[in-house]
Amino acid sequence: MQDHLVPKSLYFLIFGSLMALTALTTGMAYVDMGQWNTIVALIIAGCKATLVALFFMHLRWSPRLMRVVLLSALLWLAILISLTTTDFFSRDWTPIPEGWEESSLVRPPIPPGNLISQVLKPSLHRYLSALGVPPRASSS
Amino acid sequence: MATAGENLDTRVHYLNANYGIKSWLLTTDHKRIAILYMASITFFFLVGGIAAVLIRIHLIEPNGAIFEPATYNKLFSMHGIIMVFFFLIPSIPAVLGNFLVPMMVGARDLAFPKLNLLSWYIFMTGGLLTLYSVVWGGVDTGWTFYTPLSTTYVNTNVLSAAFGVFIAGFSSILTGLNFVVTIHKMRAPGMTWFRMPLFLWSIYATSIIFILGTPVLAITLVLVALERIFHVGIFDPAVGGDPILFQHLFWFYSHPAVYIMVLPAMGVVSELIPCFARKRIFGYSFVAFSSVAIAVVSFLVWGHHMFLSGQSVYAGIIFSALSFAVAIPSAIKVFNWTATLYKGSISFQAPMLYALGFIGLFTMGGLTGLFLATLAVDTHVHDTYFVVAHFHYIMVGGAVMGYLGGIHFWWPKITGRLYPDGWARLAAAIIFIGFNLTFFPQYMVGYLGMPRRYAIYPPKFQVLNVMSSAGASILAVGYAIPLVYLIWSMRYGPVAGPNPWGAKGLEWETPSPPPTENFEEIPVVTEEAYAYGAKEV
Amino acid sequence: MADSHAASPLAHQFEDLEQQQEAASLGMWVFLATEVMFFGGLFAGYTIYRNLYPPGFEAGSHMLNVTIGAINTAVLICSSLTMALAVRAAQMGKRNALVTFLILTTALGLAFVLIKLTLEWRHDYLEGLAPGLNFTFAGPDAKSLELFFCFYFIMTGVHALHMMVGVGVLSVLLVQAWKGHFGPNHFNAVETAGLYWHFVDIVWIFLFPLLYLIGGRY
Repeated sequence: MQDHLVPKSLYFLIFGSLMALTALTTGMAYVDMGQWNTIVALIIAGCKATLVALFFMHLRWSPRLMRVVLLSALLWLAILISLTTTDFFSRDWTPIPEGWEESSLVRPPIPPGNLISQVLKPSLHRYLSALGVPPRASSS
Repeated sequence: MATAGENLDTRVHYLNANYGIKSWLLTTDHKRIAILYMASITFFFLVGGIAAVLIRIHLIEPNGAIFEPATYNKLFSMHGIIMVFFFLIPSIPAVLGNFLVPMMVGARDLAFPKLNLLSWYIFMTGGLLTLYSVVWGGVDTGWTFYTPLSTTYVNTNVLSAAFGVFIAGFSSILTGLNFVVTIHKMRAPGMTWFRMPLFLWSIYATSIIFILGTPVLAITLVLVALERIFHVGIFDPAVGGDPILFQHLFWFYSHPAVYIMVLPAMGVVSELIPCFARKRIFGYSFVAFSSVAIAVVSFLVWGHHMFLSGQSVYAGIIFSALSFAVAIPSAIKVFNWTATLYKGSISFQAPMLYALGFIGLFTMGGLTGLFLATLAVDTHVHDTYFVVAHFHYIMVGGAVMGYLGGIHFWWPKITGRLYPDGWARLAAAIIFIGFNLTFFPQYMVGYLGMPRRYAIYPPKFQVLNVMSSAGASILAVGYAIPLVYLIWSMRYGPVAGPNPWGAKGLEWETPSPPPTENFEEIPVVTEEAYAYGAKEV
Repeated sequence: MADSHAASPLAHQFEDLEQQQEAASLGMWVFLATEVMFFGGLFAGYTIYRNLYPPGFEAGSHMLNVTIGAINTAVLICSSLTMALAVRAAQMGKRNALVTFLILTTALGLAFVLIKLTLEWRHDYLEGLAPGLNFTFAGPDAKSLELFFCFYFIMTGVHALHMMVGVGVLSVLLVQAWKGHFGPNHFNAVETAGLYWHFVDIVWIFLFPLLYLIGGRY
């Protein structure tokens, strides 16, 4: 890496591409593509990031280890986002039992006071009785 | 094995190369920094231990012997926060890792020695801030800081405690960074990846977790702090926030964090077993790859802490299955250690006692983890003492015993002195007995339904609680004894030679204590790790 | 020709300059991995809420000024160019070019933060859109709009903080460069600072579409 001198012209070329892509993504936002707007924007952002990483950050000419480090970080971020998302997006798959007020995720404010006695314990008891487990006689 | 006539005072080594407080507080020598950490974490262990003693005394009575429930909440929170963030997470990596990593790779220091010193200062800053928070005023949310309790409904020192933990997190990140770069770029000639001691593989795997997990905790604590200060509703259901998002972000770090605590201990055990069985480790590459596999898969299972939180059952199923998978590499390690013992020439000095204790107690803790990973069983035992017993078996029966085993093994190298092995073995035995007496009843009382984090409990659980408290007093005695003889040995212990255990490894080829620059000449490695049982020793 | 530092550039723990340079680069890349995860937590939270409350988040996004956002993006891209040229100048031992490019990069970074603070944040505050301070929007989807602005301020705030740290580091390097501290064999610090700077630029490259262009502006 020390010995590789990148020609100025390449830097200016990448700079030009980045500016063009910025103009493109801004422009595309004004075009109605429905669901695809977000995806296109992210793809363009990905391209810009890749250009910066490969050329400005010299990943193109760096040992493979650096690329592994960056890709691992991105993979881990993907793990965080995807597994968390599986929770949020499969919540609706479980039918909500009778007696619950609403299924909207904007829940009414929890009244101040004992969070455990007013919210968590009734939830647990409801869950257990749904499974047929009788409530414990000795609950404090 | 001490060289006759060796006079520790005339030879120059890292301990006597410079004198004075500045030479310690401004050192960049990884060995001195390791000792700074050792002193710090011992201090934090005492603080967290006092909290534990108070908890166990309080729980002798069903209605609580001493404290109001609000105070009890602060005690268990303090115990958890101090023990997790300021003792267990740094323990082996910051003490034994800092001391040994450069020596084991055959380098003169870590890649970034000044960053190493900075890590210690960051650790102390965070530690002292958190200490202030939990002692003056206290924190009562548990070490898990669940929202919206921590953000909206308590008026305790959550902000400063969270900030202290946030600061200390950077200490972990920088240490992990240092280790990764050192292991990649500073191995001695001939030291291929597969000739490294397994302790280095464990430290490397631990460092991956430091690097990829800790930042998520950091940003989560920032969000909690902002929510507390500005009352913005990121985790507040009133504004559409979801408290469970906090739990996802928190456990994304905190589950791998428990592997930060246990992987280095496994690394220590991988060093101790071959040495005291006089046999090369069985299945070196299996153990090496398992370490990395544990680090990787540990990031995929965090939802098993949230089965009953309101998380979707389908996500729960995925996390449950992955949690079963993460047990496999740990089990592989246990099998390999056991196979190493088979037909070995075993001796039972104190480090070996700790290693054997680790294998047994970690196995028990790990197996009960499978109980908890099972959705149906967890519904019954979640938030009970069953969980408490499970993680103490791993963290105390596993990680702390690994730490003590490592300290006893490398003590002669660190200080140049031997400690009395009889007392050490006695202490190990007392710790083992005290530990089991403390925590096995907790499995039972948890399975019977006693909830955790409650200041009172139904009278029918009293016998088991008293048993547990009695065990805790024995455990406390067991922990006190090494403090005495180890400190005693620093002045009065017999001088140790370079290799009192006859162990294999680059660190044993230096004098005890080593010179500041570790090696006169950087060694060239020609043999495999753990070349025990070779014809010429 | 400009090397005037007294001590040898090789630190005692390394065998040669190449090992030292490789270690410095790897160290910075590992640090950037930690930064990916640090910002990643925010991106994760943002992704979840964006998909839970599309109308509120789109409404919030539409209240941001795309033109200023795009200008800021251009400013940062320019600063990345000047940073890359600065590293190149250091590599070639050209002291004056190095100093010039470092000054430009620092100035562009400061410009970014100033534009953000004075034109965007101040404006949002005056419009009553600052959660926790004076959030007074009372239209439809007010709650999820507030959540959007929470994330907007926190994400751009953390980004701006990183920018300021970068400006600080570059200022220090500026002084050292002016004193002739760097040369073709000794410019690790400039290179690693460059890596950090480009990373902060990359974070903004993602923040811009995610915050300003959600759901389109048609």
